Amino acid sequence: METMTPDVLVAVDEIIERHRETPGPSIPMLQALQETFGYVAPEFLQRIAAATGIPASDLFSIVTFYAQFRLEPLGRHHIQVCHGTACHLAGAERITEALEYATGTKCGCTSDDREFTIEKVACVGCCSLAPVVSVDEEVHGRLTSDDVSALVKELRKQGSEMTP
Amino acid sequence: MTSIDGRYEVRVGLASCSIAAGASRVFRALDEAGAAPHTTGCVGMCYAEPLIEVIGPDGQHVWYGHVEESDVQRIVTNHLIQGEVVADLQVERPDGQVRFALRNCGIVDPEDIASYIELGGYAGLQRALSMPPEAVIADIQDAGLRGRGGAGFPTHKKWDLAREAVGDQKYVVCNADEGDPGAFMDRSILESDPHSVIEGMMIAGYAIGASIGYVYVRAEYPLAIKRLRRAITQTQESEYLGRLAAESGFHFAVSIREGAGAFVCGEETALLMSIEGKRGMPRFRPPYPAEKGLFDCPTVINNVETLANVPRIMNDGPESFSAFGTERSRGTKVFSLAGKVQRGGLVEIPMGTTVNDMVFAIGGGISSGKAFKAVQTGGPSGGCIPAHLGDTPVDYESLAAIGAIMGSGGLLVMDADTCMVDVARYFLSFARDESCGKCTFCRVGTEQMLRILTRITEGRGEMRDLEILEDLGAKIQGGSLCGLGQTVPNPVLTTLRFFRDEYEAHIQGRHCPAKQCKALIEYQILDDACRGCTLCEKACPVEAISGERGETYTIDQDRCIRCGLCLSSCRFDAIALYSEPKTNSLEVAK
Repeated sequence: METMTPDVLVAVDEIIERHRETPGPSIPMLQALQETFGYVAPEFLQRIAAATGIPASDLFSIVTFYAQFRLEPLGRHHIQVCHGTACHLAGAERITEALEYATGTKCGCTSDDREFTIEKVACVGCCSLAPVVSVDEEVHGRLTSDDVSALVKELRKQGSEMTP
Repeated sequence: MTSIDGRYEVRVGLASCSIAAGASRVFRALDEAGAAPHTTGCVGMCYAEPLIEVIGPDGQHVWYGHVEESDVQRIVTNHLIQGEVVADLQVERPDGQVRFALRNCGIVDPEDIASYIELGGYAGLQRALSMPPEAVIADIQDAGLRGRGGAGFPTHKKWDLAREAVGDQKYVVCNADEGDPGAFMDRSILESDPHSVIEGMMIAGYAIGASIGYVYVRAEYPLAIKRLRRAITQTQESEYLGRLAAESGFHFAVSIREGAGAFVCGEETALLMSIEGKRGMPRFRPPYPAEKGLFDCPTVINNVETLANVPRIMNDGPESFSAFGTERSRGTKVFSLAGKVQRGGLVEIPMGTTVNDMVFAIGGGISSGKAFKAVQTGGPSGGCIPAHLGDTPVDYESLAAIGAIMGSGGLLVMDADTCMVDVARYFLSFARDESCGKCTFCRVGTEQMLRILTRITEGRGEMRDLEILEDLGAKIQGGSLCGLGQTVPNPVLTTLRFFRDEYEAHIQGRHCPAKQCKALIEYQILDDACRGCTLCEKACPVEAISGERGETYTIDQDRCIRCGLCLSSCRFDAIALYSEPKTNSLEVAK
């Protein structure tokens, strides 16, 4: 968890200030915070509430309503499995399972070693490449279960090479 | 000829799916080879990405598909230098299309306003500004333009209502919250030709008397957002547009709102709530947004494709659009063709083109070579059209008559390997997750329908479940406030209508004819094909596969979790999938 150091608070306040005059400011503010910190810490909601008068409960209801917001930080690799219709027909569920076995974590969670976060996303719009997985924002298409197991192995290998 | 002399224009499409397929690398390789490629957007032939288009001095277009970096030098040497087409890499662009909304996609440089203006961009705005706003609306009426987001509401009526409405401030909102899984029309237009949408918004603004516009675009579309941002900045800096504004006194500012990921926000009142910074929950209509919309001001909300049509209608006249289509569904419609089809991609057809023509003439038929089973239009709100109704014309009325809808333009092709019960369950699961929770029938009903469908796909269904599904579906349609609840039972209701036998097979025979439903299938190793290579044993996550190297392996069915990893690891096609009807107490063995 991000600790609320004075530096973090200054950055948070700066973002709040930047969006204060935007009509309907709460969503752009929360998006900017997530963009900067990778997630929305509960403390951020308190901070916005104190600065703008928008009740923290309203902010929490927004954060939990929209799929984009995360209340916890991501793992080192962010894996998004597309579950659009074309990907579903092409076996997205089998791809998800293969990823779960390879990473040792459930879809929607971050692995204990904080290496991988697996998420299900509605559609990344690359239907002609189905089934599709996005790893750290790079889209990989036409995958098999075997390919994703290999992909995870490769990411682990990169990780261990970087930290000798 | 020994060098590249500029006789040829070289274009590379750089939209999201092209980039995912590796088009950026191909672009770089062309650039390094001195071919001076131009960036453009989506050409629509997604199946053949990465694509290179070469236009010769005689105006001849040649498309190269599935291009690898290693192919680039051959194209440069043979075609650009020696003038000979590289036949083995050539792909044909499917005909039968009319590109109206997509007129510039794949041609214009999406990051350059000058390129857009050169192709006639902003001339429609200029013409609109020389007319009274009422005449602009009359042109849109004569063109017969209806909302391309799905519902097909006449565009001029929305504009007219907003024009008549009293208010100092009015807004134009572009709905780019393309939420249907399997749909990428709006993304492609925004990535490939953002100025056409902005120009459409400006014309709408002039027609209704608005000075502010918002584009509400999914945050999941980073490239579309980036290109839109750039396009907006260019409109602010453009001398040409500055002069138009000064002469006419019409000023219009566009800003972007990123949708935070809620399917229901495609519904107009929910979308407005979201821009206002609230949970995207639909509200009761009337009052319609045209009277009381964003921040309680009169607001016109149009879909991306609708707006992209507007500039050309204004520039070339209403008949340029109304010449296409059917009596009540004028013009063209963009579809994202995907699923089990050979040539998937972005296509634009005149309204009234048949389903069969889209699948076979344009799509090139079924990719697996298996039987064509159905198409699904309109995503979670739409329906499945069976192959035997393939001669149905694609227009608002004909699709509604068979229980499907036009929808925003997702068109998924399904073959014999697709289980229709599983498809219904998939869409229902999406609908259950995305219901905002306001209306009881939608919130609770989708959950109940999903439980029943899950039970059926697990072989635990009963025949009376089918009637319960129909009853629940009708009640959700009738008891929901917004378009989401009113339409999400469609995938279940249409599959029940056209594919009832598949439901019955799952319930009475406890088997899945398409061999998709996990609880009803078995993986087996084939004696004569297995080489005993051990790959499947290693791939199996639950140690259900055993045997001796070099001998035939076997799968312990009680341990097997049917993940399919063995099938995907096998190099000898030695693993097969079975789902046999269980007609008596004996397990039917292969």
